[in-house]
Amino acid sequence: MRLILPLICLAVLAVLPLHFSDYGLGLLIGAATYVTLASAWALFSGHTHYISLATVAFYGAGAYTVAVLNEVLPYPAILLCAAVIGGTLALIVGLSTLRLRGVYFVIFSFGLAELIRQLITWYEVNVTGTLGRYIFLDITTRQIYWQMLALGAATIALTAWIMRARLGLALRVIGDDETVAAHSGVNLARVKLIAFVLSSVILTLAGAITSPRYVYVEPSIVFNPTVSFLTVIMALLGGANRLWGPALGAVPLFLVFEFLSSNFPDTYPIFLGLLFIGVVFVVPDGLISAAERLTRRGQVRA
Amino acid sequence: MLTTTVILGLVLGGTYALLALGLTLQYGIARIMNLAYGELTLLSAFVVVALFQGLGLSPLLTLPLVAAGGYGIGWLLYAVMMRPLVARSQGRGRLEVDSILATFGLLFLIQGGLLLAFGANFTSISYLDRGVTVLGVSVALNRLIAFGICVVVGAALVVALKTTRWGLIMRAVALTPGSAPLVGIDVNRAARQGFALGSALAAVAGASISMYQTFSATAGVVFTMKALVIVIMGGVGNVPGALAAGFGLGLIETFVATAIDPGLTLAATFAIFLLVLLWRPQGLFGARR
Repeated sequence: MRLILPLICLAVLAVLPLHFSDYGLGLLIGAATYVTLASAWALFSGHTHYISLATVAFYGAGAYTVAVLNEVLPYPAILLCAAVIGGTLALIVGLSTLRLRGVYFVIFSFGLAELIRQLITWYEVNVTGTLGRYIFLDITTRQIYWQMLALGAATIALTAWIMRARLGLALRVIGDDETVAAHSGVNLARVKLIAFVLSSVILTLAGAITSPRYVYVEPSIVFNPTVSFLTVIMALLGGANRLWGPALGAVPLFLVFEFLSSNFPDTYPIFLGLLFIGVVFVVPDGLISAAERLTRRGQVRA
Repeated sequence: MLTTTVILGLVLGGTYALLALGLTLQYGIARIMNLAYGELTLLSAFVVVALFQGLGLSPLLTLPLVAAGGYGIGWLLYAVMMRPLVARSQGRGRLEVDSILATFGLLFLIQGGLLLAFGANFTSISYLDRGVTVLGVSVALNRLIAFGICVVVGAALVVALKTTRWGLIMRAVALTPGSAPLVGIDVNRAARQGFALGSALAAVAGASISMYQTFSATAGVVFTMKALVIVIMGGVGNVPGALAAGFGLGLIETFVATAIDPGLTLAATFAIFLLVLLWRPQGLFGARR
């Protein structure tokens, strides 16, 4: 039963684009992308409480990989390259920061996307002399949606599996108390690194898959920091340590932000700021936990 | 050529050092990792510019004003926003995550307000814009004044922390917040003062930046980033370390900008950050913990 319901949902979602207009399909892709990003983010940050602000560093790296390689390699090989690049990047970042306290990781991730954007811009301007690339791939919008749906489903399935496995237990202990985790024989650095690399590879793939939608790619377009911030707030709103939390937060927030960014572009950051503060003060453990607490209180009273 | 780089680097480093001082106080004493720090700096820079352009008030006159304003805002922020988080966490690791997320929200709130009030354009004023020759190098007077402010404020802070009773209380809270109440220190009050003083320093840094730099409403993140890197280089909560690291970063950045490429200054900052993390995560001047 626990498997059947999600599978039915997945099947319904998979046939949806056959009945949608182009605009509706665009919204579907956006929602699926953010569900994937938020779930992948929560895979590492949800349990360990290591807040990563670098989602777009990986997402953008994936998109840019496609932009560079789209005329050289076949599509599956490009995806493979993107995954390898994302994984390597995560290894470098993780090896240098995850051995230390959480705050160093946060700070490093805070500037990582900007660093990569500047490095690529510098390289393109000074070495290759081409800033801005085109992506011409023979992929339809529906195919992009199906790929993203598959990646999102795989992410949630992977999270479900990890939460039952030893790795998930280790991650939860690390999130509760690192000293206890170390005393129980958890290899802190290795566990964190594995989860971070897994999460980053998914983020990179998500960027690679959506990239044909951009057609024209420039570092400032694909390394848009707002993507990182939205991902974090979506996962936190739903509940970052719950299997369905990130997805639950991502869909409504994506629609709200889509509406806000087209209708109120000027007040958009203020709304984002209030949302962050609101989540921290009102629902610090996410909506799912808050709802559970409410129903439990109701049961006790009855 | 080399003297030019060194002098310009030191002048830039003065501002960086001041920026980092405020952040290291906030993190060291109040234990709040304030990601909205750069936005506070920008807020003050915009206020100084608005007063200069609107009322013709000289930035040097408005400096004490924005410093006091910064103190007030910091005091309020701690009392209203951070204190409930501190109380909720009860000394556990939760505070770090909560404060990062809450100040992250604050970052957007201030940024959005600045965008609404001042627009997204780059802003600068010409104030005391004439050259002064120092050791054969021509430096703009406004940069020299900014440097002077940093040296005076930084030195005053170091002396106050080292010699006064107030400084002793601050250092005690920074060292062991758990034991400080045992000797009759009101940790909450000290933390609030530390946070407010950090905001005041952010405001002073913002005022001195507004005198000679071009800035826009979205540049706050870069200031925060640089301040954070300096704080970690100097060792968290280490005031002399932050001063030294600030000057160091100013020098390196100016050197990279003149000798290699101005587009790579952030990359240089990050390269240093990475080296420090790999080699001495406790900070260049910190003791091993």
